Amino acid sequence: MELNLADTKKWIELFVEKVEDNTSELNELDTAIGDGDHGSNMARGMAAVTDALAKKEPSDLAELYKTVAFAMIQKVGGASGPLYGTAFLDMSKKVKETTDLAELVQVGCDGLKRRGQSDVGMKTMIDVWQPVAESLKSDNFSKSIVENALNATKDMVATKGRASYLEEKSKGHLDPGSQSSAYLFEALLEVLGE
Amino acid sequence: MKYGIVIVSHSFEIAEGVKKLISQAAPDLSITTAGGTDDNEIGSSLEKIQKAVDDNTGDEILAFYDLGSSKMNLEMLMEMTDKKIHKYDVALVEGAYTAATLAEVESPLATIETNLEPLKIK
Repeated sequence: MELNLADTKKWIELFVEKVEDNTSELNELDTAIGDGDHGSNMARGMAAVTDALAKKEPSDLAELYKTVAFAMIQKVGGASGPLYGTAFLDMSKKVKETTDLAELVQVGCDGLKRRGQSDVGMKTMIDVWQPVAESLKSDNFSKSIVENALNATKDMVATKGRASYLEEKSKGHLDPGSQSSAYLFEALLEVLGE
Repeated sequence: MKYGIVIVSHSFEIAEGVKKLISQAAPDLSITTAGGTDDNEIGSSLEKIQKAVDDNTGDEILAFYDLGSSKMNLEMLMEMTDKKIHKYDVALVEGAYTAATLAEVESPLATIETNLEPLKIK
């Protein structure tokens, strides 16, 4: 499965829209187990993405992913800046070799693992990215894959990130980064028309 | 001098405070800071870290940080810069103070790192 430049741009624009529509939901999730600013931070990043794309129309996929990466790295402020930034930056490098979405999402996910020094099962964004990457590989990417991955973070005990200070008390809450990542992949589903 | 110190904190005031504190022990050392976001709110800024590294006159950088995204932004910069940066997962204040004291008298890196070892907390 792959996306051309116009559809990838549409994907990002839909992601921006979803984050902006759900900023307070993301803040609320983060208030439960973090410092309450994931929505505001992401919204700041999304505004920067919109500005950057308006300022200069990317001429290819690598440039598009890189533009998104830099906007988020520079403007988010919280940990999600370098995390999303690294994922998109690694995707911008990989897309020069392949446009296969499964490979791109996996490279992004590997970037998250490297930057956050974490892995699946730690109640982080990776718990959404990894199942999505795998479903793209086996050609069964769907809304339920995203929903199930997101909902599975609810019963996890956080062992990375700020929520890990709460230990057992982090149980019972969705991971905010997984929720924003779910918006990213729901946006992708919409572009793919599924 | 051989080594300069960079302080990365989520808070502008913490970064400046640590600098003020360790400057007393190391008046000749290049100490630069990256505290808070671009608007000096709580958070971290890759741009500020970049500037702190660029402005530092040390041949090599000893870098100290506090929380999650400070570390991640610092590591991101380390992948992007040609300057040699040593990052330490130690208590920020005690670690920076120890390193500054030793770097001021031009101690070798091995000595600095031996003294930082017991301060490792993350």
